[in-house]
Amino acid sequence: MNVMRRVLMLLLVGTVGLATALPAGAQTPGVTSTEIKIGNTNPYSGPASAYGTIGKALGAYFKKINDEGGINGRKINYITYDDSYAPPKTVEMVRRLVEQDQVALLFQTLGTPTNSAIHKYMNGKQVPHIFVATGATKWNDPKNFPWTMGWQPNYQIEGRIYAQYVLKNVKDAKVGILYQNDDYGKDYRKGFLDGLGEAAKRVVVLEQTYEVTDPTIDSQIVNLKNSGANVFFNVTIPKFAVQAIKKSHDIGWKPVHLLNNVSSSLGTTLKPAGLEASKGLITALYMKEVTDPQWKNDKAYLDWVAWMKKYYPEGALDDQANAYAYSVAATLVQALKQCGNDLSRQNIMKQAASLKNLELPMLLPGIKINTSATDFAPIEQEQLAKFNGEIWQVFGELIDASKK
Amino acid sequence: MDIFLQQVVSGIATGGIYASLALALVMIYQATDVVNFAQGEMAMFSTYLAWSMLNAGVPYWVTFFATVALAFLLGLVIERLVIRPVESAPILSIVIVTLGLLVIHNSIAGWIWSYIQKPFPSPFPSRPVHMGPIIVGAHDIGEISVTLIVLLLLFAFFRYTPVGLAMRAAAHNPVSSRLSGIRVSRMLMLGWGLAAAFGAVAGMMVAPIVTLEPNMMGGIQIYAFAAATLGGFTSPGGAVLGGIIVGVAENLVGTYVRFIGTELKLTVALAIIIIVLLVRPRGLFGRAVVRRV
Amino acid sequence: MSAPTIAVLVAAVIALVLPFMLSNFRLFQFTQVFIYAIALLGLNMLTGFNGQISLGHGAFFAVGAYTGAIMMDRWNVPYGWTIPVGGLLCLIVGFLFGIPALRLEGLYLALATFALALAVPQILKYFEHWTGGSQGIVLTKPAAPFGLPLSEDQWFYFVTLVVLFVMFVLARNLLSGRIGRALVAIRDNPLAAEAMGVNKALYKSLTFGVSAAYTGVAGALSAVAIAFVAPDSFNILLSISLLTGSVIGGLASISGAIYGALFIQFVPNWAQDISKAAPWAIFGLFLIVFMYVMPYGIAGALRLVWNRLTRPQG
Repeated sequence: MNVMRRVLMLLLVGTVGLATALPAGAQTPGVTSTEIKIGNTNPYSGPASAYGTIGKALGAYFKKINDEGGINGRKINYITYDDSYAPPKTVEMVRRLVEQDQVALLFQTLGTPTNSAIHKYMNGKQVPHIFVATGATKWNDPKNFPWTMGWQPNYQIEGRIYAQYVLKNVKDAKVGILYQNDDYGKDYRKGFLDGLGEAAKRVVVLEQTYEVTDPTIDSQIVNLKNSGANVFFNVTIPKFAVQAIKKSHDIGWKPVHLLNNVSSSLGTTLKPAGLEASKGLITALYMKEVTDPQWKNDKAYLDWVAWMKKYYPEGALDDQANAYAYSVAATLVQALKQCGNDLSRQNIMKQAASLKNLELPMLLPGIKINTSATDFAPIEQEQLAKFNGEIWQVFGELIDASKK
Repeated sequence: MDIFLQQVVSGIATGGIYASLALALVMIYQATDVVNFAQGEMAMFSTYLAWSMLNAGVPYWVTFFATVALAFLLGLVIERLVIRPVESAPILSIVIVTLGLLVIHNSIAGWIWSYIQKPFPSPFPSRPVHMGPIIVGAHDIGEISVTLIVLLLLFAFFRYTPVGLAMRAAAHNPVSSRLSGIRVSRMLMLGWGLAAAFGAVAGMMVAPIVTLEPNMMGGIQIYAFAAATLGGFTSPGGAVLGGIIVGVAENLVGTYVRFIGTELKLTVALAIIIIVLLVRPRGLFGRAVVRRV
Repeated sequence: MSAPTIAVLVAAVIALVLPFMLSNFRLFQFTQVFIYAIALLGLNMLTGFNGQISLGHGAFFAVGAYTGAIMMDRWNVPYGWTIPVGGLLCLIVGFLFGIPALRLEGLYLALATFALALAVPQILKYFEHWTGGSQGIVLTKPAAPFGLPLSEDQWFYFVTLVVLFVMFVLARNLLSGRIGRALVAIRDNPLAAEAMGVNKALYKSLTFGVSAAYTGVAGALSAVAIAFVAPDSFNILLSISLLTGSVIGGLASISGAIYGALFIQFVPNWAQDISKAAPWAIFGLFLIVFMYVMPYGIAGALRLVWNRLTRPQG
């Protein structure tokens, strides 16, 4: 009898002990004692393939983390698939990741339409869908979509920053807007118009759009100049930003030129457009520009270059996207470190939403990443900067969109 | 009025871009009876070759002609290795092969040179030219002049040289041509080479405007198709004029038709082309091709 | 029983057993294959049987998909209805487009349809009120009705399979009879066909309509299967990949549509599994090699093999 009781006791203790020793993470798909499986989609083919470097750089960053011993002893197993920026393909590839490869979480899936296509699915499946690579606003909606989270400052916030600048600094502003005819362009435009508020009707004199397949935007620039605008809100990707800067310089149009962050690279936009023509451009920054000479001797920049050379030698050193990937991957690593041994999907989400004053080397000094259960927008600070012919000179205070 | 003229002039400049690639498309169609979907990507690839040479310090005009020569060779090689084996396949199968070439060129260019855009120099002065109230980029003028020179060469080639005549014969009636002693497969090869060479010229003229990247020619090729369709695939002059008409029409629609604005300007331009085709089913200047029944 | 009949029966048995052997993800992939097969069948009628080349069938795919999505999202119409309505609307649109297209031949028709495919994403973005603009429309995937013990994917697999079957039977009856012969006659010898009393204009524009209807049905199915539509889903690459599928599968053959659909669904995936650095280079290589080995498509190659095997020796 005594023996029986003892055996029973032992069994009981054993079970309880096992249950406590094995955290919930043990049951999370994609998580073992030695690895965490992470899924991603990126366009490696098709018209948006320029972004594909992000997906490759993420892999290179995880390789570095694994070389350093992984996260709490677990190596990252990073699986990335090509979706060619086509929403139906994204759905297929994400289902492959979640249902077949059994990843623990989805990280940095790229594109607004592509992420929109899987938004509902990910939240239905309750799989973390975090730090997505798009600047749309809808990823910050913890109430309705508690499994999805953005990362970069969203386009609307940035649009609002420019609007405030115009209201404060330009007398008798007459604004001309050029934007890409898609979600990205429209989000910037909306933020900008919202920021102008009542004044928008009076201030905005002409809006022009272009398609990403258009060869040139000369015609739009001519119209904008002709509208008499003295402020030019330029919402274009680098290819068209180069043309816009060049063309407005050529035809002698000298407005206050607000250039969206998307095209703020010296190497890919300003230099091809001509440094002289680029003088006076204003943009909002949150990262260190890798082609900006002011960072040439910065430790963070040098570390980044060293990492690129060692882990991603085929990547371009003048591509800001590679610094972007480097920073966002570091954010994920921090969140996973915070998870400790509890790698349940709930806890991964909880930790992603518990980043406090995280500063990353390649972000501008002072920019801090903060998230909470009600704030799914990690970066909400930006800094205005003016191009002085050589570097982006920051001016004014750090603008924090979370504090209104 | 100034704005109207300025829009027309910038439309002509943009149209010149379309026209330059359209000429290569017309060339290959004339010579081989095939529409080559890879034409734009081959041009982009050649432009990268030029970029690499310039980067290595080769002077511009040496690079220019060397690239044209290289592109010509590339065209010959592609015809010999990729197109010749499917020569007798149905026309659509050949079209699929050119689509294969399109994606291969695009992907390999991205792989070798990365997708980051690169500035490409213009041989023309950077100062814009003022003509009264109108301002034109010097490169735009240069680019259009080059396109016109290519057009003249093409015209002279097909009209006056025996090779040009033989090439047209070979494309339209291979069997009879063979019987009359024309070496048809050599003609096809030459057609690919020349089209690739013209494409390279187009690439090097376009890249300073749109900057060099692997997807540089995607949008332009669409417009070049539109230009060649409008002008007629059998007429080099028509293709150039077609390009300019498309460029100007698009600008004017975007500027003056307010309720459409810039958001639908491509759609309107395409609609115009379709309407023109309904009146002239082979384009404005295309010849009817008489097929044997 | 003839060999083709046996092949069809075997295929049917496999199609019916699959849902109970494969994962939901794989079923989703095969559902996609069926959807593409319906679209390709439509394109095949037009291009293969009737000789009218279309580079713009992505446009009809989009019209079908958006018709379905708007009906479900705005008016809460059950998805079952969206499929015939999407097809019907495309029948009308296709027929109307087919009338002016009569004047165009070969290359010029191909490029006119190409223009159609290019314009569609822009038009979708323009009518934002209906289409949700570039944000698109998010839909809900239907569950199996009547408490059937099937997953969403299993259920929709069967729905698509049934539609596929019906569409194939219709196509077969249409193409193997008088109409099919008339279409082929128009393709191969338009003058003679007309001389023999075939109403060329009517046949050609009707073919355009029916072909568009098939593609529209596929589009409506795809809206449900993906549960999302956006202009980016229907860019020019879709039209091009449909043309690719129909040529690789084999023009002017009904079974070619299935082979073509398998190709466009799975080959890009293989390509990227081989190389992430340059997946399109691998895909392009596949295209060229396929056309080199099988210039008449997969169906053409199979026919050739079959003929060789059954040809009386001697």
